[in-house]
Amino acid sequence: METLIQAAYLIAAALFILGLKQMSSPVTARRGILWAGAGMVLATLATFMSPQILDSDQVSINIMLIIIAIALGGGYAWYSGKKVAMTDMPQMIAMYNGMGGGAAAAIAAVELIKASNEAAHDVTGSSTVADMLGADVAILGILGAIIGTISFSGSIIAWAKLDGRLNRSKLLPMQHAINALLAIVTLGFGVAIYFTNSIDTIIIFYLLALVLGVFITVPVGGADMPVIISLFNALTGLAVGFEGYVLGNAAMIIAGIVVGSAGSLLTQLMAKAMNRSVANVFFAGFGTDAVAVSGNGSEGVMKEIQAQDAGILMSFASQVVIIPGYGMAVAQAQHKIWELTQILTEKGVSVKFAIHPVAGRMPGHMNVLLAEAGVPYDMIYDMEDINADFKNTTVALVIGANDVVNPSAKTDSSSPLFGMPILDAIDSDNVIVIKRGRGTGFSGVENPLFFADNTKMLFGDGQKAASELIQAAKEL
Amino acid sequence: MIEGLAAIYIFMLAGFTGYEIISKVPVILHTPLMSGSNFVHGIVLVGAMVALGIAETTAQQAIGFIAVLLGAGNAVGGYVVTERMLEMFRPSDKKEKGEDS
Repeated sequence: METLIQAAYLIAAALFILGLKQMSSPVTARRGILWAGAGMVLATLATFMSPQILDSDQVSINIMLIIIAIALGGGYAWYSGKKVAMTDMPQMIAMYNGMGGGAAAAIAAVELIKASNEAAHDVTGSSTVADMLGADVAILGILGAIIGTISFSGSIIAWAKLDGRLNRSKLLPMQHAINALLAIVTLGFGVAIYFTNSIDTIIIFYLLALVLGVFITVPVGGADMPVIISLFNALTGLAVGFEGYVLGNAAMIIAGIVVGSAGSLLTQLMAKAMNRSVANVFFAGFGTDAVAVSGNGSEGVMKEIQAQDAGILMSFASQVVIIPGYGMAVAQAQHKIWELTQILTEKGVSVKFAIHPVAGRMPGHMNVLLAEAGVPYDMIYDMEDINADFKNTTVALVIGANDVVNPSAKTDSSSPLFGMPILDAIDSDNVIVIKRGRGTGFSGVENPLFFADNTKMLFGDGQKAASELIQAAKEL
Repeated sequence: MIEGLAAIYIFMLAGFTGYEIISKVPVILHTPLMSGSNFVHGIVLVGAMVALGIAETTAQQAIGFIAVLLGAGNAVGGYVVTERMLEMFRPSDKKEKGEDS
């Protein structure tokens, strides 16, 4: 039976890798998740046959508890995952990711508590957790516990922030110094677990790690959220891989480490797109820097434009480039924008979509939303492909985007955005910005584009503004 | 059980595999892929089941129960959102049918 289970795990691991591989191409992506899903079902069913479980003293109670927990956890996730709006996807990923981290940490907790119990009741009286588990298992188990716990509480904070339940202003003084101290103390308790057999040490260790995850994530600014989610994703993978080693489970090791490394690379790609190192994202506190800078804000006035005029301008344009941002997602304006695009295309206007690598709250977030609305891929351009084309563009329509078109990233070395590659919307003949109000964006940085001579502001909710534009364009 | 050097090999090869998978991905699929890899580490469910399965005391059962609860949430939720996201990445010709809603 043991061999059969190991074979099932092996097949599951292969299905995960092949599934992920297929998910990396739009053509095969849907098959990819089905394969990975099949691997998950196979591994789960095989685990019910595991002799480790069946030989337990409390086998019937434990199996019943397993089934109840799967039904509750899985049922809730199924319901919430089906119900959530596409625009709220980032926070759902953050939450499910946190659950995975929590699960890894809880596995470690069971193993550590068990080992510490055994050590405490050992005849020698001076045994430690490390003696019971072996040095390798103890070290990886404790490391996985820290990482998983941080990912758990950190992801909850990320979820709360993205869901608008938590304001980022809640920041302790000397946050980074406190975080560093807390990290050292937490690691210290981790080492203490290794060399002792005390349950109290384990409990304090977990509490500290929970707080650490919260403290690390709270100061991170909204603009950096994609990086954080991706990083916690990678961390959870790593924690799962480590706990896989603790349990001697090859499927967990392979799947966990594959995700850990893939997620790390993805995190780097994202951070690079914003010209920020991963360390910078964590320790710089984007929001705090930005507030200090916004004081010497841009001069000039914003020029308003009515939807009617904007619609006419766009109808007679030769080329319109639409730059969507998170604001479009919030306003659920993607369907209206697509409708507008179709009307303009019928009028002979060349319409393109320009997507900044970090537009929205996750890389590819805007692509997903536009795909949902029905925009074909070939109208959607990456930053590198479109930037040179802005010079030939009559109207650049910025809807709900802000930092990704902020020219001070190129011109103002004191700006916190300085060095970040941007979409050169400012090069177009006209820029129309659909924006709810006059305030700064999520990162809190003033945007000189809004005050530029060729920029007109169209104030209002994204969806309403888009409807008005459609109306104006239709009437011509 | 996997031990010592063999485990290091697995760690190393799995690391390379993950790196290789991501390195050629178009930006358009970054979010679904992040979601997909989020689902894949839902395999933690299997470990959680073992942890609860071998629990001896009530405290261990309670923690194990939480582990399975969270692990199942990760796996099922990760699958559902990834599937929903990829649902939209059908080739353009088939797209028209499902878009009326």
